Amino acid sequence: MIVAILTISLMAGLFGLILGYAAIRFKVEGNPIVDQIDALLPQTQCGQCTYPGCRPYAEAIANGEAPINQCPPGGQATIVALAGLLDVEVLEPNQEHGEHHDIPLVAIIDEATCIGCTLCIQACPVDAILGSAKHMHTVIADECTGCELCLPPCPVDCIDMVPIKQSIDDWKWPLPTLSEEIVHEH
Amino acid sequence: MSIKLHKFHGGLHTEDHKKGSLISGLQQATLPAQLILPLKQHIGDSNKPLVSVGDRVLRGQLIADSSSAISAPVHASSSGIVSEIGARPVPHPSGQSDLCIVIDVDGKDESIKQKTSPIENLSGAELIDKIQRAGIVGLGGAVFPTAAKLARGNDLGIKTLIINGAECEPYITCDDTLMQNYAAEVVSGIAYLQCILKPENTLIGIEDNKPAAIKSIQLAIEKSPLSQTEVVSIPTIYPSGGEKQLIKILTGKEVPASKLAFDIGLFCQNVGTCVAITRALEHDQALISRIVTLSGNGIQNPGNWEVWLGTPVSHLIELAGGYKINQAKSQHLVMGGPMMGFSLSSDAVPIVKASNNILVMQQQTIPLTPGYHDECVRCAKCVEVCPAQLLPQQLYWQARAKNHERSEEYHLFDCIECGCCAAVCPSQIPLVQYYRAEKSEIRTARQAHFKSDRARLRFEFREQRLLLKKQQDEERRRLKREALQKKNPKIPDRKVEVDPVQAALERVKARKQTQAAEPRNTTNLTPEQQQQIEEADARRRAAREQPK
Ligand code: SF4
Ligand code: SF4
Ligand code: SF4
Ligand code: SF4
Repeated sequence: MIVAILTISLMAGLFGLILGYAAIRFKVEGNPIVDQIDALLPQTQCGQCTYPGCRPYAEAIANGEAPINQCPPGGQATIVALAGLLDVEVLEPNQEHGEHHDIPLVAIIDEATCIGCTLCIQACPVDAILGSAKHMHTVIADECTGCELCLPPCPVDCIDMVPIKQSIDDWKWPLPTLSEEIVHEH
Repeated sequence: MSIKLHKFHGGLHTEDHKKGSLISGLQQATLPAQLILPLKQHIGDSNKPLVSVGDRVLRGQLIADSSSAISAPVHASSSGIVSEIGARPVPHPSGQSDLCIVIDVDGKDESIKQKTSPIENLSGAELIDKIQRAGIVGLGGAVFPTAAKLARGNDLGIKTLIINGAECEPYITCDDTLMQNYAAEVVSGIAYLQCILKPENTLIGIEDNKPAAIKSIQLAIEKSPLSQTEVVSIPTIYPSGGEKQLIKILTGKEVPASKLAFDIGLFCQNVGTCVAITRALEHDQALISRIVTLSGNGIQNPGNWEVWLGTPVSHLIELAGGYKINQAKSQHLVMGGPMMGFSLSSDAVPIVKASNNILVMQQQTIPLTPGYHDECVRCAKCVEVCPAQLLPQQLYWQARAKNHERSEEYHLFDCIECGCCAAVCPSQIPLVQYYRAEKSEIRTARQAHFKSDRARLRFEFREQRLLLKKQQDEERRRLKREALQKKNPKIPDRKVEVDPVQAALERVKARKQTQAAEPRNTTNLTPEQQQQIEEADARRRAAREQPK
């Protein structure tokens, strides 16, 4: 038990260092406007915008090649933020690219059915799946962005998307009801 | 020695409604049949249950804990059998349920073996550890884990310790009762805090509408060896009990926007927390009870009770003689005071560490909220009363527009949700509700942003890893080939630059071209050969069509 805890903490520490190092070592000197757009995108990396990831979409927006309403995970909030940044009109989300989920989804692997083929690991853009060949795989829920890219490669169809578990701490105070409509204008 | 008092900006003179609950003094509540203990009764990280259904637990037994530094464990308030661990309605503005440990009380109130250890020789850190293990949180209402706060205060260095006995909100009298009944324990709690934090001086702020409490604390201090400790009677004005407001009154110092008291060498603690600290250190007693005020015009006998944590509100209502009008929907229950409290969904929820007051109002005496409000007339009355010196009307516009950036520029997070602005607003705008909603929105957005930053980092790291692997593979192949060539120079030097995909595509293309051409052995056939082929074809067709 102690050994397991130690190993895992050691690994966590090590990965932290590697990630930190990678962030500095591989820092891409980028176009600041692309960076700013990219910072507003949800980083789900799902490709529903038809670009292979959030950054390529950010580049396309910056070059004026794509409208700002193609990112379903970001939803209306991202469109408003992008419109504010780029000083353009707020658009309705383009439904053709997919549906926005109010409560984000995460992948969950049915561990009894998993055959350990590693195909989902290769598909996951953020390395959120843990496992090795012929062994049961599992999703690190905290790191999963809900991109659904691991679903098609699974040969036994054992990955499901479920809404993130909401706790009482995630509850949001609502705005006063109907304020917009019933405020008396003077 | 007497200190010069200061005034904070704004504030309200409210009707205090405190007499009703003070008449009968402190009463001891009876044990309910069931205790419902939410796993999380503090601000910070969640606890995990340490018991299972069917276990017998004793009073003071640890039943839920966490390894996080910002958390407070939960203890059984009395002995009994754990009958359920599941979601139960809890006192929360959402009205939702949360994970609770339910204990069927056996009435024996058997306690775990106390192994009281001497505390004279303990260091500050060891005292803090004991406070942590007793599950103590700020009992003024903030329920922040006390040990974590002490550790932080210790790191930063504290000049003045401020003890909050102001209790400025209408109806609430639990701290007043506590100071009158447990003055000695308040004072020894202060002594322990001084021991840990080593402040230069200590100020105890109590509003001047509580003369009895002021007197008993003064007496207790005279009897104690405490020095540099002074009780200060402060004018009664809401919200003098707000941390930053009390600091201003007592020291004249302003805690800068988005900073905390520690940042300027001050440390605030509520009087109730001092008593809990004394009990934890002197008697190894965990936080399993607290004083709760039951007040309002909907209850028969308002008063103050020492209540076991986990007691259902309905049990307390019974002790107070029940509701005045006993009909469904005839009362409105609030936890906390009328200014800062929140409505309870039902009286099935338990008393928790944060419950200072249960306000029971007759529904018919509450002015009906009209369901609409007038528009802001920019009268600036709200600005005059805001004790945090904010611009409430600006905050209102920004919250309505969900303009998070501007909201933060106007220091939304310095709003203490005291409700002064809403109380004076001539348009009756539920201002605080707008601020609370906007704060939640911003918190959610921050979390999402934190998550997306991590995802970006992990995504970029993966891309780099894949690139690196590709380069390493190529390098390995090149070295292998070179080694082979050295051994056998006849192996041709294969072009490394050829893109394997391109090559594969070309091979496919070439194959398609050859396939498109006629097979060579079917040209220039003699008639016999042609006939043989046809016969063979016919045989094959017949074989295929034969029923199986
Ligand atoms: S749709 Fe949105 S989240 Fe998905 S890759 Fe495109 S920008 Fe990223
Ligand atoms: S686990 Fe699946 S859904 Fe989650 S990030 Fe990875 S590929 Fe996407
Ligand atoms: S008190 Fe009300 S009406 Fe007056 S400025 Fe403030 S929000 Fe507007
Ligand atoms: S609720 Fe906030 S904005 Fe209103 S008076 Fe109190 S501190 Fe100021």
